Order: sequence, then structure tokens, then C-alpha cells
Amino acid sequence: MAASETLALDVRRLRAEFPVLARQVGPGVPLIYLDSAATSQKPRAVIQAMSAFYETHNSNIHRGIHALAEEATEAYEAARARVAQFIHASDPRCLVFTRNTTEAINLVAHTWARMTLGAGDTILLTEMEHHSNLVPWQMLAAEKGLLLEFVPVTEAGLLDLEAYSSLLSRGPRLVALTQMSNVLGTINPVRQMTAAAHAAGAKVLIDAAQSVPHLPVSVEDLDVDFMAFSGHKMCGPTGVGVLYGRLELLEAMPPFLGGGDMIKRVHLRSFVANDVPYKFEAGTPAIAEAIGLGAAVDFLTSVGMPAVHQAEEALVGYALDRLAEVPGVRVLGPEAEQRGGVASFTFEGIHPHDIAQVLDRQGVAVRAGHHCAMPLHERYGIPATTRASFYLYNTTDEIDSLIAGLYKVKEIFS
Amino acid sequence: MDDLYREVIIDHYKNPRMRGVLDPHDYTYQDDNPLCGDQIRVDLRVDENDKITEAAFSGSGCAISLASADLLVESVVGKTLDEVKQLGKEDILEMLGIELGPVRLKCALLSLKVLKAGVYGIEALEEELS
Repeated sequence: MAASETLALDVRRLRAEFPVLARQVGPGVPLIYLDSAATSQKPRAVIQAMSAFYETHNSNIHRGIHALAEEATEAYEAARARVAQFIHASDPRCLVFTRNTTEAINLVAHTWARMTLGAGDTILLTEMEHHSNLVPWQMLAAEKGLLLEFVPVTEAGLLDLEAYSSLLSRGPRLVALTQMSNVLGTINPVRQMTAAAHAAGAKVLIDAAQSVPHLPVSVEDLDVDFMAFSGHKMCGPTGVGVLYGRLELLEAMPPFLGGGDMIKRVHLRSFVANDVPYKFEAGTPAIAEAIGLGAAVDFLTSVGMPAVHQAEEALVGYALDRLAEVPGVRVLGPEAEQRGGVASFTFEGIHPHDIAQVLDRQGVAVRAGHHCAMPLHERYGIPATTRASFYLYNTTDEIDSLIAGLYKVKEIFS
Repeated sequence: MDDLYREVIIDHYKNPRMRGVLDPHDYTYQDDNPLCGDQIRVDLRVDENDKITEAAFSGSGCAISLASADLLVESVVGKTLDEVKQLGKEDILEMLGIELGPVRLKCALLSLKVLKAGVYGIEALEEELS
């Protein structure tokens, strides 16, 4: 059997797992959800895992001696172990639960970077970063006198790797970049870039918010130092995200927020920090959400991440072909082989808000705006784009509806 | 065909009556809505009684923001500056003839904000709105 056949998704069966996909957004107007890069929909297994927690095990974790507390703790830690396994982290202690990708990146900025970096040190970022991988570094740079440098993005939507090499030769202490652009869809060669950064003496942080939900990702294989991602973009709930860190780095880092659970003991004027990862999880965490994320990785594992990636590559390839047929549409970013399931485009002079609004009337949910990447839009000299993004539950029929919607947009506005 | 993009909106978006720049002008102001990249400038000329004799807008944005700018600027010619100060959100929505959610409301109200900031000075406007 050919590999493509082995990996084919049974999309009809998968869609039945997502209750929201059955709804209509108007009379006779079915939902066509093309906004998974903003947040994914949730399968029944995740919703049920969270309900089951509240209905049968609800308790605080790590302290109670009663049955529920032990069950809750066990379920929370089991979720950590499953998420660790999902990204091939050999030790669950390397996995810190945060609120989201943004908080995970801020955690590194406030602890490792604040402790390690000093005036004149450089952080190397890229022009395609989401605001969550820009602003924390801008804030720290202002505080500590750090320098920020940026790997340029080519017209085709790829990182300029020659420029990267020469920027590395200037000795940045940290390279922080996205594995997959939330606007261009570009999948960056993170493994090679990490090896080059390490050879130049820099640590590497990967914003994996768009990659972990859509591609097989192994922190071991990529050999990164830190990786951040969010539960809600990978079939999990909002309110829980992940920071992966190399154990020796996490152990050497000071705590992030102070409070309960992150301590071993507390005196009136001092405290002793807890072990990794608890030292970074102050206060009652999002317990049900972490358990929901555990169910989400089980779901994705059962589908198979190579199959998810392959299906999305096919979807985005189809979308790029169909978008190319529409006169006046210009898609940003590289060919389908180099991108994940994202297509951001401009359409003649029509404002993305108007495009999204007309599409919405036909049940097609897309994103309009700068997608939290204003500098990237500045790079291309456009204020905003319309973005369609795909996940394992999308179909080529839905892309056809998007295209039909765009002709309707044209009819109204030109 | 679409209850949001009513004929009046599409008409004023495609065929703006008041698009342009007045140079010289008595009042001018420009602002943007960074969330969507909309940018509107409004220029006014007034007579000795502070009555608006000419008005124009320029800039870029979505159909809602550009149509409401055109309708608003058209409506203020002949009004006094004091009358402009009385204009509110309801006047814009009445001209557009639609209801808007919070995101698109910002688009619709950008030109009003720009107009009033030009007439009042931005500090006084922020005071009024706060």
C-alpha cells in the first residue's frame, strides 16, 4: 500500500467528532470553519474529559490527602506525561504548564533571559514573528539594554538563511523564532537553524504555536532549548499552554511567578523554590484544561500527526491552486511544500474586513487583519490580509465554498 | 443582496462625493485604527460664523469606514462647529441604516472621531468620551 493511502484521513468520520462543525451560522447556512490558526475546534473526547473531571474528580492538586485530590493530581500529571510524549520530550519534568504560548515565552524572558543576558547582548528574532515572540523581547531589551536583530523574510516568504548565518556570526545569545508562520504558513528549517545557532553559542527558543498542532514535532530531534505552544490551537481547551525546556536550563532558572505550589518551604522573609517543573507553576493551575490537553494529544496521536500534516499539505495545495484562479487574489508566502495549512491573501483593493464580513454571511469563517504580526505586514507594505487556515477536519468542498464566497465579494465591491 | 452592505453603503464606498483634500483648510485631523489599518483624514473650511462651507475626507479603509466618512462629511456642510459637536454614534448608524457589532462599529465611528478631534482638539474629545 502506498504511503499516501496509509495516511489518508477519514475526514467525514473525524468531523463527526467535532460537535460544533454540525451547527449552522444562519438559516440553511452551515459553518465552514477556516480559522483554526486562531483557535481550533474541540473534539468530543476533549470536552468529555473536562466534564468528567468536574463531574467526578474535581479537586485541587498536589496537596490534598483525600481521594479526589489524589485522582486530580494523578490526572494532571498524566496529562503532563502524555503531552511530553507527544513532543518526544524524554522527561515530563521538562514540561511546564502555562496559560498559553505567550505566557511560556514571557516565562523564558523573565527568568532565563533576565538572569543570563546583560547590556549589549543580542537576541536574534525574525521578521515573521507573532507579537508574542516580539513584545516580550522588546520589553526585556528596554529593561536590560539588549539589542534585537531580525532575520529578514524574502519576497517569497522564506527566511533569508544567508543573512541568518551572517547575523549568527555576530554572536547572539538567544535565537527565538517561529517554526511555522501564522501568516505566511512558512515552515522554517528549525533543525538546521538550531544546529547553526548552537554552533555559534546561542540558545534557541521555538514558538511552536502553529507547528505542534499540525506537524510531527520532536524536541529531541530538533534539539531546541525551549519550545512554547498553546493547547487551544491543537484541539485542546483555552487557558493551558506549554513551555518545554531543557532540564538543566530549567533547573538553573529562577522561579517565574511567586506563590503557592512553586515553593518547598516558606519563611516570613524567604522561601525555598520547589523542584522543576512546579517551581514555574505558581498557584492553582488550569487543572481541567491540562487534562483536556492530555485528551487532545491522545486524539491527535490516534489520528496520527504525519497523516494530519499530509492532509493539510494537500488542502493548502488545493487552496493555493483555487485561489490562483480568482483574478486579483495575491497569496503571501511560499509553495505548498514549504508551508502548513495557512493561506493569507489580498484581493484587489478590497479591505479584508469587508471580505471576511461577506464570507461570514455565507458561513465561511476566516480571519481579517494583521494576525498579530504587524511587522510582517509592514514588510510587505500591506496593512492587513485575509487568512484562511485549515485543520484535519477541513475538506476541499469547504475551500470551494471559500472561492465561491470570494466571487460574491467581488460582485459586491467591484 | 446583503443586509449589511446596503445600497447606500456600497454607493458611497464606490462613488464617494466628498473624497479629497482641502488646502488651505481651517480645521484638519487624521487618525487611524491600527487594528484594521483604516486611516481617515478630514479637512474643513468654515466661514466667519463657524459654519462649515467645505469639507473633504481622504484615507483608506473598509467599505463601512469609507462610506460612513463620505456620508458624515457630506452631512456636515452647512452645519456650525457647535452642531458638529452634537453629533453622536446614533447619527452615524442612522445614516448607514445598519446595526453593527463592536468591531465594525469602530470602523463606522473612525470618521466621526477624526472630525470631532479636528473641531475640538483631541484632548477635549477624549475628555468628552471618557
